[in-house]
Amino acid sequence: MTLPASLDEAVAALTAMPAAVPVAGGTDLMAAVNAGLLRPAALVGLGRINEIRGWQYQDGHALLGAGLTHARMGRPDFAALIPALAAAARAAGPPQIRNAGTLGGNIATAAPTGDALPVLAALEAVLVIVGPGGQREIPVSHLLAGREMLRPGELIGFVRVPLLHAPQVFLKATGRTGPGRAVASVGLVLDPARRGVRCAIGAVAPMPLRPLEAEQWVASLIDWDGGRSLAPEALEAFGEYVAAACVPDQGEPVAPGVLHLRRTVAVLARRALGRALTS
Amino acid sequence: MSGQDAATATTVTTTMTALTATPEPEGPQVPRGIGASVEATDTRAKTEGTFPYAADLWAEGLLWAAVLRSPHAHARIVSIDTTAAAEMPGVRAVVTHADVPGATTHGRRIADRPVFAHDVVRHHGEPIAAVAADHPDTARLAAAAIAVEYELLDPVTDPEQSFGAAALHPDGNLIRHIPLRYGDPEATGEVVVEGLYRIGRQDPAPIGAEAGLAVPRPDGGVDLYTASTDPHTDRDLAAACFGLEPDRVRVVVTGVPGATADREDAAFQLPLGLLALRTGCPVKLAATREESFLGHTHRHPTLLRYRHHADAEGRLVKVEAQILMDAGAYADASAESLAAAVAFACGPYVVPHAFVEGWVVRTNNPPSGHVRGEGAMQVCAAYEGQMDKLAAALGIDGAELRMRNVLATGDLLPTGQTVTCPAPVAELLRSVRDFELPALPKDAPEDEWLLPGGPEGAGEPGAVRRGVGYGVGMVHMLGAEGTDEVSTATVKVVGGAATVICAAVDTGQGFGTLARQIVQEVLGVDEVAVAPVDTDQPPAGPAAHGRHTWVSGGAVERAAKMVRTQLLQPMAHKLGMSTELLQIQDGRITSYDGAFSMTVSEAMAGKELWATAQCRPHPTEPLDADGQGDAFVGLAFCAIRAVVDVDIELGSVRVVELAVAQDVGRILNPRQLQARIEAGVTQGVGAALTENLRTVAGLVRHPDLTGYALPTALDAPTVRIVKLVEERDVVAPFGAKAASAVPVVTTPAAIASAVRAATGRPVNRLPIRPSAAVGAPNS
Repeated sequence: MTLPASLDEAVAALTAMPAAVPVAGGTDLMAAVNAGLLRPAALVGLGRINEIRGWQYQDGHALLGAGLTHARMGRPDFAALIPALAAAARAAGPPQIRNAGTLGGNIATAAPTGDALPVLAALEAVLVIVGPGGQREIPVSHLLAGREMLRPGELIGFVRVPLLHAPQVFLKATGRTGPGRAVASVGLVLDPARRGVRCAIGAVAPMPLRPLEAEQWVASLIDWDGGRSLAPEALEAFGEYVAAACVPDQGEPVAPGVLHLRRTVAVLARRALGRALTS
Repeated sequence: MSGQDAATATTVTTTMTALTATPEPEGPQVPRGIGASVEATDTRAKTEGTFPYAADLWAEGLLWAAVLRSPHAHARIVSIDTTAAAEMPGVRAVVTHADVPGATTHGRRIADRPVFAHDVVRHHGEPIAAVAADHPDTARLAAAAIAVEYELLDPVTDPEQSFGAAALHPDGNLIRHIPLRYGDPEATGEVVVEGLYRIGRQDPAPIGAEAGLAVPRPDGGVDLYTASTDPHTDRDLAAACFGLEPDRVRVVVTGVPGATADREDAAFQLPLGLLALRTGCPVKLAATREESFLGHTHRHPTLLRYRHHADAEGRLVKVEAQILMDAGAYADASAESLAAAVAFACGPYVVPHAFVEGWVVRTNNPPSGHVRGEGAMQVCAAYEGQMDKLAAALGIDGAELRMRNVLATGDLLPTGQTVTCPAPVAELLRSVRDFELPALPKDAPEDEWLLPGGPEGAGEPGAVRRGVGYGVGMVHMLGAEGTDEVSTATVKVVGGAATVICAAVDTGQGFGTLARQIVQEVLGVDEVAVAPVDTDQPPAGPAAHGRHTWVSGGAVERAAKMVRTQLLQPMAHKLGMSTELLQIQDGRITSYDGAFSMTVSEAMAGKELWATAQCRPHPTEPLDADGQGDAFVGLAFCAIRAVVDVDIELGSVRVVELAVAQDVGRILNPRQLQARIEAGVTQGVGAALTENLRTVAGLVRHPDLTGYALPTALDAPTVRIVKLVEERDVVAPFGAKAASAVPVVTTPAAIASAVRAATGRPVNRLPIRPSAAVGAPNS
């Protein structure tokens, strides 16, 4: 186990030990190690790299350090910047997990139920990857979809998200009142400058799904210069549209489980848009 | 049952105010004796994390064990090759079925379970071999290196298919069938309602997973340090498997980290002992959470089909029921669970005619066994569902319909047994029904309203509907159907301090505290220690069905009274009076006329007094071919009113409040009693809403605490203990009744009833899935 103090040192350590695995909060990785699923030859701990534990501003965007914990993202100052990501961070588990688990770790684990992921997808976040060959950028959706992969020696350094200065919502449905794994989740952001609604559904597929047609359709109905309100019927239709796009039939007759999931997604999308438009 | 006259039972009732304000004669005095909130001695150590459990134990020269478990639900074992594992550096021993020196099968009730599977594996996680090595990782790697060739067989996972399937076990697939026939089969009612109910597989999910340490002895025997809840039975089965005399095996009970079912899992206790005997070294194993889920027994998944007949006023005429329980591959406690399910199939209601068929069958699903409230919990969810259906069919309020049918002392169970113990069911139900309902959230600020789905969740007030429902449940106490429920205890007093030696395991039910209270009460000594439990002490039996409060508490009381007699007799003789004229109170011995008085510690000075006593409740008898017989020693009852909020669009349920009224006989320790009821209720909330160990084709899915969702602090509702009815059961020592199981039994039924009220949906499956709680928008 090595504990580099900077991203450069971390990259150097990973390059020197190709079999080493980077670890930040360890909430997913160490659980896999303890369960005997993973037996890393060496670990590179990212916990002492101060440059990735905060965020900075960059022409209308925030450059978020991959080492930001869920607990940090859940605080009010962060919530004022990126409300949906803050809400997802607060919903991401019990305090012990939120204190340790990081934004970068949530992306690297890429679990279908990762709470930050639909929000990042809706924000069209871009990952700043650091590696032996320097920095490169890839959209978060490319990494989650497996279109681009991390190469040996590479780390997620930062996550660039736009500062939209408009309402954002994250909602998830779980099996219990206490913290739980998402059955379905939605991240929804308004982008008044581009007159857009962007929405991603989490937990229903291996990666967050973007219902692009539904987004465009509903954005065209919104009076962006006025009260930004929509009729209840339009909200209802948006929910149905999103659900139909994200939860396919999988054959006839449609299984009861699929029907319930689709209904859940429709309700979440409808409520998310409704809350975004009234807040 | 013995002839107890209910009229002689003293009736005292108490409410929560009496619980919180325990009267103390002197201000700063530490609570002592029966009825006081005496604190457990290990509370502080457990809270601070310094209390040693089996997983914390250590011995010089320790080896680590790992168990190879079957990855298949049903397969024939073609070959087992341990060569590669045995040759790994650091591996000290590998054992399989061929290395079991004694009996190759075992079981707490019926010896039908192999120590190691050798010809066939019958469930996912069945042990096949075990390894001892000098490092836990080496042991696990070596276990994984054992090459087992399987020929896969089709698993039988639907209990309904088990009847027609090829035998899964030499003993056949049907473990027990009880056809209960009571009354007139031709009787019919004016109103008939039918229902089909399914109850899922609840896991006891002890917060401390199984662990143990086996230490070989110089005499060729072995000591097993585990969190056993039935140490003498475990010792006997271990000795039989090891081919040793029972005296050569000692089970030493360590702290029990949670037990609402039988502990420990024999699938690793036996390999541990075998490995220690084989290597001559101490061997330790601490199970992972996954092994824990795979290894121990679960609540029986149950399918229930009911038909209730009632007259126009809602009085029950006849109940017909079919109950099918899934035992998994081995019998374990299944026969007893079925007896409870069949006997209590109609609930605490008067039913003139009952026809109940119960079966418990083998499958290749995970093993089922004793989990508190077994049998009774599954039927409670079903008969209370039927009561709701009847109420709806007749247009009568649910609580009122139940009230018209409640059982009372003197009534008959459908097993033909007369209820001779207190049965204050009407009073319990009335208490919860008349208790003030919690305020509606619209009266509170919105940010203080915890919506279904949790804080900052997806819940929306406009979609939330509130429901109120009722559950009334019953359990039996102590072993049933002729089980010999004897317990033995020794009380020793040296100087002013007493010690209780009794092999009754404190599983968290508080027996250790109760034993101290009893001795304080009888002998007037403050300082009472409870000795650690091992099997060199006389047997006290399993910690189940509230039996230790009854039989072991009774044995402690008798032993303490015998010591009291030894102490007082010489004094009484000297004073020329009988011992009855001397009394011990507040640490002083005084004569009836006050002329003689001395402190207990003065009287005890220089003395060492011992006494051993046994307690054995009156005998019971097995259910006969018609399901008839006096099978139970005693019964306990509970009524719960559940208030739930349901987001009817998402189907998410939050239990707002559970109002509990319980028949407790007598309050022995108010704070402990409250904790037991709250714990039981919370386990019931889990069974009602989230807890179900899922399987696909017999394979356990997500055996971890993320996939298996236990209730969290946010899921646990406000528990209002509305009334504790203290109507003493005269045949029980102290008149007290078991308190832990009946809230578990009743809570799921009450929550299901409330969700029905909120959503208008049938809610006939536990746990209640969100898809079953999505309601009509205008309901």
